[in-house]
Amino acid sequence: MGVEQKLGDMGIMTTTLENVVNWSRTNAMWPMLFGLACCAIEMMAAQASHFDMSRFGMELMRASPRQSDLMIVAGRLSRKMAPVLRRLYDQMPEPKWVIAMGDCASCGGVFNNYAIVQGVDEIVPVDVYLAGCPPRPEALIHSVVTLYEKVKGEKFKDAANA
Amino acid sequence: MDKKLETIVQALQEKFNTKYEEFRGEVHMFMSADTIIEALTLLRDKYDFELLSALSAVDYYPQQSPRFHVIYQLSSLARNLTLQLRVPLNGDDPRIPTATRVYEVANWRERELLDMFGITPEGHPDPRRILMPDGTEGHPLRRDFPLGYEEPQFTFNFDEIDLRKPYAKE
Repeated sequence: MGVEQKLGDMGIMTTTLENVVNWSRTNAMWPMLFGLACCAIEMMAAQASHFDMSRFGMELMRASPRQSDLMIVAGRLSRKMAPVLRRLYDQMPEPKWVIAMGDCASCGGVFNNYAIVQGVDEIVPVDVYLAGCPPRPEALIHSVVTLYEKVKGEKFKDAANA
Repeated sequence: MDKKLETIVQALQEKFNTKYEEFRGEVHMFMSADTIIEALTLLRDKYDFELLSALSAVDYYPQQSPRFHVIYQLSSLARNLTLQLRVPLNGDDPRIPTATRVYEVANWRERELLDMFGITPEGHPDPRRILMPDGTEGHPLRRDFPLGYEEPQFTFNFDEIDLRKPYAKE
């Protein structure tokens, strides 16, 4: 949890600011409500009571990019939709992360043709690639937890240099 | 062939001097681009074909010449009939007069023809691409359109493809 040390019974904990910031980011990461294809159905299932992604701090999907930290690209991205996706990404406030959910979003999947972008990493920088066609809800949750591990390792000096 | 349809087909044959084909009870009549609007108007007004169910095209390149067939699938709800009209079109600068003045629904369908096959609907009120983004080159449903194949990334060629893949910078 980023808590380094507890000092006896004084009710004081010491840690680094970096750890606290990363911890708070991971435990209140709101994904954007944004589905492109059949993966979105699995994303809905992951949100619903059976799998309940809110256990990981993803309490609600935000319909506005201005209020969200995480973009889950759920489905194949057509070339006509690509500028819209990029625009939504640009509208999200920093810091922001992207999960390419499913084969289509990761590399084009079965749609190796003129209409589909061959991996959304051509449009937005992707943090976690999630395999599956479509991935099961627990796979999506695993990708989110993987992203949390990444976020917990982030350094302030990297953000300053970016 | 359906008796009711037979009289209509005969009337059209006499008027436009065309041939028809029958396949499993479905009738295709071949029309020329000059007479198609007249034929559609006649079918709509006189023979109750009030619905243009589909308007599409097929590219028979390289087996057939002329390579394109523009297909009008007409339905008559009043008489419970369907009839297909086909207009063969040449590959170089294919043009078809717009059917939007006969059937409003042809508007988007003809834009799809323009987008996917490069068949120009002459006199169309809004001749833009409908499916592909602006600035697309070529017409994807033509047989000679390249498939846009991308090489799959495996362990042995991962790095090589990774180098030339256009990743988003930030």
